[in-house]
Amino acid sequence: MSFPWAEHYTPKHPLMQWVDEKLPLPRLVYNAIGAGYPVPRNLNYFWNFGVLAGLALVIQIVTGVIMAMHYGANDLVAFGTVEQTMRDVNAGWLMRYAHANGASFFFIVVYLHIFRGLFYGSYKAPREMVWLLGLVIFLLMMATAFMGYVLPWGQMSYWGAKVITGLFGAIPVVGEPIQTWLLGGFAPGNASLNRFFSLHFLLPFVIAGVIILHIWALHIPGSSNPTGVEVKGPQDTVPFHPYYTAKDGFGVGVFLILFAIMLFFAPNYLGHPDNYIEANPLSTPAHIVPEWYFWPFYAILRAFTVDFFFVPAKLLGVLAMFASILLLFFLPWLDTSPVRSGNYRPTFKKFFWILILDVLILGYCGGAPAAEPYVMISQVAAAYYFAHFLIILPLIARFEKPLPLPGSITESVLNRHNIKGEEDALPGMGADPQPSNAG
Amino acid sequence: MRRRDFINIAAVSFAGVGAVVTVLPLIDQMNPSADVLALASTEVDLSAIQPGQAIKTTFRSQPLFVRHLTPAEIAEADKVDVSSLRDPQTLDERTVDGKKEWLITMGVCTHLGCVPLGAGEGENRGEFGGYFCPCHGSSYDTAARIRKGPAPKNLEVPKFSFTSDTAILVG
Repeated sequence: MSFPWAEHYTPKHPLMQWVDEKLPLPRLVYNAIGAGYPVPRNLNYFWNFGVLAGLALVIQIVTGVIMAMHYGANDLVAFGTVEQTMRDVNAGWLMRYAHANGASFFFIVVYLHIFRGLFYGSYKAPREMVWLLGLVIFLLMMATAFMGYVLPWGQMSYWGAKVITGLFGAIPVVGEPIQTWLLGGFAPGNASLNRFFSLHFLLPFVIAGVIILHIWALHIPGSSNPTGVEVKGPQDTVPFHPYYTAKDGFGVGVFLILFAIMLFFAPNYLGHPDNYIEANPLSTPAHIVPEWYFWPFYAILRAFTVDFFFVPAKLLGVLAMFASILLLFFLPWLDTSPVRSGNYRPTFKKFFWILILDVLILGYCGGAPAAEPYVMISQVAAAYYFAHFLIILPLIARFEKPLPLPGSITESVLNRHNIKGEEDALPGMGADPQPSNAG
Repeated sequence: MRRRDFINIAAVSFAGVGAVVTVLPLIDQMNPSADVLALASTEVDLSAIQPGQAIKTTFRSQPLFVRHLTPAEIAEADKVDVSSLRDPQTLDERTVDGKKEWLITMGVCTHLGCVPLGAGEGENRGEFGGYFCPCHGSSYDTAARIRKGPAPKNLEVPKFSFTSDTAILVG
């Protein structure tokens, strides 16, 4: 689970020695995130987002359990109990806004985490399982966030529930029974609200379980790094603690500053005002949109407006939306280039930034009304999204001429700082087997 | 087959059947409960609805549109070439004999279930003069048939009958 030069856990205090013999839990922690886990020395700030995602999950679980102490999962009182939490419960407004904005921040850091992996090839062998488990976490997050948004029982809650369960209704033959089963009725109602509450409570703990597998799978090959060159010796790594606990601590500070700014000065900026209107089953708001973190997928769903080959547009949109995520499960086998990091792939790099732009455009169209020119733009952008993964990436892998890779992680660090041949310049350099032919 | 293989298969099958039998009620508890299934029918008084007007009421906890069509709207619906429609139906097939002016449909867009606009006064009725769904831009014509947008079917006509000249029973 680690490199041979990892530091060994040696408990000094008799109590810790006693614990280590009976249940070596401190040893497990030491080897997982302590000094016993060597990490590449050249990680940049894009490697902070895993820890930040973990922090966001903790914020959601803590504020969520507290919210559940004051919430009534019944369609007659749900909206009122959320207002009661806001007005009457001590610091209830803080818990509620922290939970609502915490969801947005969770998705912000996870999207950055995903695009970090896409750019630096973190999904490539031997880390495919890390990537696949990460996608499972992402799907669970989306399901959890959706069900959580239903709980306040506002207009967006109600109509979001109707539309999202309606997606399953598009499946031929079994679709409508599945939709009825999900809702527990023919339209969202008390039965739906009640079960969504139960599942919204359950899923974060499932996410926590998959995160343990995600970290376990990561710690077998060890962390990737910005060069994509694997660790070759002790000079390429530093112990996780204190080097990266400190760096992650700095990232946590920045995250919490930004979170506090949103929480205290713009708590409703990322929300939708219509969810302050109680659910009305007889009237759909004129412009319903999901939460911002679903917009790109929503744009893909809405891009299909005409039937193709007897497949109804509705089913096509649903298939395309799910395919846009399921496609990512095949990414390690679609991008066959042996070079991991986008830094050494000039053609890949250009198309990577086009993909970022494309996803941002999809996001913008998903938040805009379902009218021209947005429908046409999202059709083009959705087509490009699929083309990127299914056509462009395999072609680049075949024809691209990558830049020369550094001989090792340490060599790239020395080159970057213009340190030539000074073996004593950094601690641990004496063992560097790579010639420092910097230039 | 050896006796031992048979015992192995029998034991695994027994556990498998037991697992399925256990899971079934765990799944089935999420299907609509008896109180949700005990659905009432809805009676609607039509006497106050003027031609050109529509009302919104509920049937099985979903919106129901009751529209009194004007002669112009009926003419427009009849003018359409039925074979050109996505879900081909004539206005006659969607209304009761001799009561063609009463268009009774569910107010549930057949795309993803939003309530289309057009029943209330001054609401956007879309480019075909019937209903317009704001969620994904489906347009329905004066017979509430799908004409444009992602929805696959016409607005559903529930089972209903006239109990008198000015009242209907839905369901």
